[in-house]
Amino acid sequence: MMLIDCPHCGPRNENEFGYGGEAHVAYPENPAELTDKEWSRYLFYRGNKKGIFAERWVHSGGCRKWFNALRDTVSYEFLAVYGAGEAQPEIEKIQGGTR
Amino acid sequence: MANDTLIKNETRVSPAAHLYQEMADASVPGALSLSEVAFSTKVSVRCAPGSAGFDAVATATGVGLPHKVGEVRGEVDTVAVLWLGPDEFLVAAPEDAQLAAKLDQTLGENPGQVVDLSANRSVLELTGAKAPLVLRKSCPADLHPRAFAVNHAITTSLANIPVLLWRTGEESWRIMPRASFTEHTVRWLIDAMIEFRTESI
Repeated sequence: MMLIDCPHCGPRNENEFGYGGEAHVAYPENPAELTDKEWSRYLFYRGNKKGIFAERWVHSGGCRKWFNALRDTVSYEFLAVYGAGEAQPEIEKIQGGTR
Repeated sequence: MANDTLIKNETRVSPAAHLYQEMADASVPGALSLSEVAFSTKVSVRCAPGSAGFDAVATATGVGLPHKVGEVRGEVDTVAVLWLGPDEFLVAAPEDAQLAAKLDQTLGENPGQVVDLSANRSVLELTGAKAPLVLRKSCPADLHPRAFAVNHAITTSLANIPVLLWRTGEESWRIMPRASFTEHTVRWLIDAMIEFRTESI
């Protein structure tokens, strides 16, 4: 069982959390003007990165808030958590990690 | 509005009323006791910290609103406010039919909401020196006194269902599952209490 650091509740078991896929996928400014191909790109295509990946998570078993996290998809280590809507922290600036 | 749903006091039944005798039988004198706290008032308050609505409701509760996880403002016997999320709080009080209306009026037109959730959760009280041992069988939260002081409350899980767990005293805990999970929770607790009937070897 992994411990995930909720920005509001502190470390909690991973089964209290839900996964929300890749973070920082912006909603298109003019969705009506997109071609079907562009729209499908927005809806269905996500990064599948090996390494540090920015993801959305929700603490559904606690404060019920969404937040973003940087997770290493190889080691599963959570390197940072930050609020929804905040910019992705630069990885060089992060001291240590929260496993 | 709230009055439309009120049931006459003599006809209403609390979620664990039919388990009263079983809970009493499962209690271990001097070590463990399980009972239901029926018909308490619980009001959900949602408002963002720092907003005018937050300040107004904080004043109206008389004990303020908590600011961080686990924090409880007030006391279990009068009015207590539990932290559920950064902008979500639960005001718990002994039966008070006017509380929700009063807080709603205080919030007024400010962004946020006040909802009477008295029937949403049942309140079970587990007391006794062995209570943490019973809870620890399936609660993943850290119940050590160092991490879980008196008058500390968190959203966690017990017996695989989400509950609010509130330590109301040195040896007393309140467990608040959703009302429909009451029977499951009570039977699980009774089962977990059995081993303490006999002296440990």
